[in-house]
Amino acid sequence: MAEMKQKRSNKPIFLGDYGFGTAFMHGNLITKLSAIIFGLGSILHKQIIRGLLYLAMEIGYFIYMSIIGIKALQDLVTLGTKVQEEVYNEAKGIYEYVVGDNSMLFLLYGVVTIFVSVLFIAILTSSVKSAYDSEIRKTLGKPIPKFSDDIKSLSNNKLQATLLAIPILGVVAFTVIPLVFNIFIAFTNYDKDHQPPGNLFDWVGFDNFVSMFKTGGVLAKTFWPVFQWTIIWAIFATFTCYILGMLLAIVINREGTRGKGFWRFLFVLSIAVPQFVSLLTMRTIFNTNGPVNSLLRSLDVIGVTESIPFLTDGSIAKITIICINIWIGVPFTMLSTTGILNNIPKDLYEAAKVDGANSIVTFFKITLPYMLFITTPTLITAFVGNINSFNVIYLLTGGGPESIDFYYAGETDLLVTWLYKLTITNKDYNLGSVIGIIVFVTLATFSLLTYRHTASYKDEEAFQ
Amino acid sequence: MKNYTIKSGRLKKFITNSIVHIGLAIVGLIWVLPIFFVILTSFREEGGTYKSYILPRGYTLDNYKGLFNQTGSLVFTQWLTNTLIVAVASCILATFFVLCVSYVLSRLRFRMRKKLLNIALILGMFPSFMSMISVYYILKGFGFLESGQLKLAALVLVYSCGASLGFYIAKGFFDTLPRTIDEAACIDGASKWKVFTKITIPMSKPIIVNTLLISFMAPWVDYIFAKVILGQDRKYFTVAIGLWSMLEKEFIEYYYTTFFAGCVIISIPVVILFLFTQRFYVEGTSGAVKG
Repeated sequence: MAEMKQKRSNKPIFLGDYGFGTAFMHGNLITKLSAIIFGLGSILHKQIIRGLLYLAMEIGYFIYMSIIGIKALQDLVTLGTKVQEEVYNEAKGIYEYVVGDNSMLFLLYGVVTIFVSVLFIAILTSSVKSAYDSEIRKTLGKPIPKFSDDIKSLSNNKLQATLLAIPILGVVAFTVIPLVFNIFIAFTNYDKDHQPPGNLFDWVGFDNFVSMFKTGGVLAKTFWPVFQWTIIWAIFATFTCYILGMLLAIVINREGTRGKGFWRFLFVLSIAVPQFVSLLTMRTIFNTNGPVNSLLRSLDVIGVTESIPFLTDGSIAKITIICINIWIGVPFTMLSTTGILNNIPKDLYEAAKVDGANSIVTFFKITLPYMLFITTPTLITAFVGNINSFNVIYLLTGGGPESIDFYYAGETDLLVTWLYKLTITNKDYNLGSVIGIIVFVTLATFSLLTYRHTASYKDEEAFQ
Repeated sequence: MKNYTIKSGRLKKFITNSIVHIGLAIVGLIWVLPIFFVILTSFREEGGTYKSYILPRGYTLDNYKGLFNQTGSLVFTQWLTNTLIVAVASCILATFFVLCVSYVLSRLRFRMRKKLLNIALILGMFPSFMSMISVYYILKGFGFLESGQLKLAALVLVYSCGASLGFYIAKGFFDTLPRTIDEAACIDGASKWKVFTKITIPMSKPIIVNTLLISFMAPWVDYIFAKVILGQDRKYFTVAIGLWSMLEKEFIEYYYTTFFAGCVIISIPVVILFLFTQRFYVEGTSGAVKG
């Protein structure tokens, strides 16, 4: 079913899914009044229950606002004024705490109130649209839906509303609201010196961003190296796994290889082991006194008391991490490219063979272009995933070795693990949020730029 | 001329095949060795952490027995039960959510569709635990952190709500189902709800199984989020945090080998489930890319 096209310039006199603008501009007085008294249009068009529901929601909103909402919005602006203090209680002869304002809760309630208000506006537009719909139906002489029809349409034309209601509620409650809350925190001084309830925090505008980028500051001195390593890590992690995994899939898939299922099983086994188990094992294996160093010692590669600092020296740790990531990532690529490799039209290869191309030429001229074309979106997702790859770094080195030049970060810390340290260990929530926003901006720009330049975006039918 | 090329071609083929198989065997060994290390250490008789030798001196089953003894702070059976409950509840909820969202975004056409897809894309670009602290406070606000059971319920909620944003694979699958069947059913007077429940869902068994298993596995391996929400009460840990806690400084000397035994125990069901889903995994992904 194609989406209904609608003209915005002339008053549409057909039924369809109008925007709020059309409905409000072209509707009659009753429709316009429905923006102030919700459900007025519906009630006057004899859709009593629908109208009353609208009205009830409006009244509910106003009650909420008058009791909690307006104060919550005021508190959102001030973020609290009363600091918790000790007061001497003469009757008991001790100092007592007098509860002050809690900036964190004020911010949270403020955000929730903003969302409730957004919902209110959505109901407002819906009320106007519903009134306009009935108005049009009346002029066209069509039947106006009764409440029972409304219920029925929830399982047919408005099925999306029924099916999406609960998931969207969940996502708003546990993803969107927390996210907005944290974006707000980036503009406050909610750090370890301003912890509610003992203390208040306040709006500071762009100060956190400025201090993050100000040259010479300890934050900037930490941020740029960490940022640089994050990008290098993401590029290496993505491409090593992609190319090696694809090669592995090709080698297993080639005609002469026997026991394809066995080889695949061998590599897939490492995915099936829970990631934190394999990572913690790797950390043990590459420990200063772990099996690898023991093996090297017994083979006389290094002295009896020597050890290679696989995970404890900054530069070596970076290489070790990338290698371990190959161990983890290659089977994934192998698994996901196997299906696509089988889909490459066989006649392409036969034609190349007739023309005398060897396997290296066919790889670069047929397989790789085809795979890049099909899997670029996956590649972008993998890159995004690697920028946000928390587990590998956190479980292998914990970001270490620690560096004294850095603000609570180690040499192998990525932006995300630094974020984790800042928020969980250090309670500098404002800085953590700033980093989260920077990561988001980086990823969003990157995805937009690359996705628009991919072949699959420009020319969807090249290989069809 | 033809005979000659076939002969030398055969020899060449034999050599390349041998090289390929030897290469695969070496690479395969690298991939399997760490897993062997886990299994061997789980049977190691000597306690303590790192040893200067690789193969254990003696083998024992005590590590496994120790896991189920429930002594002191090690309540492994309790952790297993907790994780199982969370996993079952969240995989049912999550699959329901994912099916609803992916079906709507793939098969229905409505005004907000494109916008919702873009919003989901944008939400996916924020680091997932940037907002962990605020989720913690929201859960606290709802009173979910009052008792251990409620904390586990909170985990179920957070896992399943988060899962509904991971609808891409299922959407890719729905995109590949022929639309003509839906249209035919609509012409015959079926409502869209009927089409969804009576036609689409029965056709989507592979993707339902896939979603069920993926979301079933999540609680077994996630520990960052679980750690923040569950706090310090060891009785209500999930397996992942429980095992992680065994490697903390005060426990590692006692529980090092037991830790690996625990790893083997929880790996077994995950391995079985994973091998079972592998087929769907390959199909699902290629479907998503094609769509």
